[in-house]
Amino acid sequence: MSFGRPLLRRSYAEDVQILPTSFQKGLLAFSGVLVTLMVFGKLGLDTPIVWFLGNTWINNVTLALIFAIAALGINILVGVTGQVSLGHAFFMGVGAYTAVSLGGEGDGIKACVPWHEEMGLLERAGDCGMGLPMWVWLPMAPLIAAAVGILVAPAAVKVRGLYLAIVTVGLVFIGLHLARMFPNYAGDYESGRKWPGLEFRLWKEDTPLIDMTEDGKWFGFITLSEEQKQFFFLLLLLLGALWLAKNLVRSRTGRALQAIRDRDVAAEVMGVPEFEYKRLGFAISSAYAGFAGALWGSYNGRLSPVDFSLTLSVEFIAILLIGGAGTVAGTMMGTMFVELIPEIVKRMTDKLSGQLGGGWLEPLANVLLTKGTPGDFGPISITTTSPGWPMSVFLWNLVIYGVLIIAFVIFEPLGLYGIWLRFRNYWKGWPFSY
Amino acid sequence: MNLAVLLAQESGGTIAILTQTIFKSIALGAIYAITGLGFVIIFKGTQVLNFAHGAIAMAGAVFMSILVSDGGLPFLPFDNPFAPPAGETPGIGRWLVCLALALAFTALLGLVLERLCIRPMVGQSLFAMAVITLGIEIALRPFNVDAVALQARSLGIPWGNETFGLFGAILPKSFIAAIIAGVVSFAAVYIFYRSKLGIAMRAVAFDQEAAMAQGINVGRVFAIAWGFGSALAGLGAIFFGMSGWPPNGAVSGETHPVLAFRVLPVIILGGLDSVIGAVYGGLIIATFEIFAGEYLSQWNSILGSGYSTIVPYIAMLVVLIVKPYGLFGTEEIRRV
Repeated sequence: MSFGRPLLRRSYAEDVQILPTSFQKGLLAFSGVLVTLMVFGKLGLDTPIVWFLGNTWINNVTLALIFAIAALGINILVGVTGQVSLGHAFFMGVGAYTAVSLGGEGDGIKACVPWHEEMGLLERAGDCGMGLPMWVWLPMAPLIAAAVGILVAPAAVKVRGLYLAIVTVGLVFIGLHLARMFPNYAGDYESGRKWPGLEFRLWKEDTPLIDMTEDGKWFGFITLSEEQKQFFFLLLLLLGALWLAKNLVRSRTGRALQAIRDRDVAAEVMGVPEFEYKRLGFAISSAYAGFAGALWGSYNGRLSPVDFSLTLSVEFIAILLIGGAGTVAGTMMGTMFVELIPEIVKRMTDKLSGQLGGGWLEPLANVLLTKGTPGDFGPISITTTSPGWPMSVFLWNLVIYGVLIIAFVIFEPLGLYGIWLRFRNYWKGWPFSY
Repeated sequence: MNLAVLLAQESGGTIAILTQTIFKSIALGAIYAITGLGFVIIFKGTQVLNFAHGAIAMAGAVFMSILVSDGGLPFLPFDNPFAPPAGETPGIGRWLVCLALALAFTALLGLVLERLCIRPMVGQSLFAMAVITLGIEIALRPFNVDAVALQARSLGIPWGNETFGLFGAILPKSFIAAIIAGVVSFAAVYIFYRSKLGIAMRAVAFDQEAAMAQGINVGRVFAIAWGFGSALAGLGAIFFGMSGWPPNGAVSGETHPVLAFRVLPVIILGGLDSVIGAVYGGLIIATFEIFAGEYLSQWNSILGSGYSTIVPYIAMLVVLIVKPYGLFGTEEIRRV
């Protein structure tokens, strides 16, 4: 600890600590105290925590927490190991379908055999689902995903750079076809199937030990709504994932991975076995993806194979670039930014459409919005969600998203983290320029 | 009696099916090759792996459909000034003029994209460039899909779904058209590479700085690579929309957006920077895909419907493990 001299490092351990300044440590302690007070209702509010984040934003933020876990994974592969992968959606799918096969409702283990109907094991095509509790499927999802990652690694390690990106694109398409081939795992290709809820059971008993799908009290004294329960549970998991990721980056393994990213030949000369570490990078990244995939399915309740298409992979590349590749903090910022932008755009459009009848933004609303009546010309449709001009807000989000990727790569290659660094460094030396 | 017809009757249509399959493979191969050539030209000229190729290609098909069909303009509130009289298919001459115009528009789109998004990034890492093209793909695709909206837009093919017979097989005329287009575009690329500009492009591909020192305008080479590559992409997409496979003479929001991703295995097989590789790759991959679709169809229930579309990806994985730089690609020399 070095008070007053924030940049003075006296040992390696000090250099790599997670919270290097006393300000950050204080901030963490303060938020810890705040959360504890909130939990025990000592902040002078009638219903503790219920006011927190409202009830509409919390869904988006919770989804962002899940995506943050997956983004940590892609950061380890692309940002830390330097292997450009567009196959993250595939590994998320592996985790998600592991979860639903182990935890979902279905016709038992016979239905999990591929082509069971053709082989005569079952009278009709069944769904693979064993109804096991969460403590089985949640740890199994990252394990199976990591195993698949290790299986894919030999092919992926052989090619480098852009060739790897193309191979992993192929992986996503093969994955989508596998989902079509095995409807006993994936369910109907369009509508998907139901995932097990976020409930903690000891075994298959009726009332869950800790449930997260109903309003009520936790452990008898913490009053929480359903959304908040899920939020806090996922926040806890994200903190664990963050802690692991941060520790990985500053460990021997992390340094080896970074050496491979910076110059693979040099790393090998220094005694870092390239193949082993690239494979490890794949495995860890896939494990994160699988974990997040299982949670996503469980949180959403229902996903279809189409959700694990290339767009999802690109979303993670966008998160990485917008946040700032290679940094854990940047990954977090990127996830929040990318995941919350659709909701922000939607809210802005709703606000604008409220002004259509009259208001100080009426001219702008008239130019931008259209209700689909003849002669009403504007790029954003507020009445329809089907494709066709004018485009719905959903499709405009995709456009915004693509433009953001381009803009960030051209103008701010370090991403939001770079912007933050510049901001921080400016105020650190203020009023001096450095 | 003709020997071929006799053969076809004798073998209960086996030869007919084989003929049809072969022609279909060559036609699809030609389309893959056209689109793949666009990829290769852009990669060779500018060292950019263009993930936006699919969006640009589909934009070309959309331009074409606007020019030749009376479906109205997609994004503007007034009527389509180019549209032929209602219910009339354009004649072959008019159609070819429209094709040239559509390709010109596509090339222009490529030029604009290059100027706006790629030029500022000259000299940056390949990954950053590839990610920019991913961004372009995402931003353009909604416009493309919206332009064709729910129904596929007609491409006004003059010969429509007409067929002709050969060895007892019934073949759409579009197969021949696609093969002709493939030959013409390969010839165009071949001649281009022997022109002064093409030599300049190869010099730029070899070493940008050295080329610049020889007085080559690298910026212009970049622009031409993108313009030419985009036009080829559009050509591929237009012929992809012909009869013989799902879109059936139209540009559709379902099959067209993935065209470029189906071409990725082609250029991987041929090698990212090989012109002849794109042609061989296209033919080989299409042959695998069509033959698998035709002759493994009795196992459809096990392989899953549409299994033939992932055959190229599996072929690509195998190729990459055996020959990481494709059949004709330049092997990367790793200097220490």
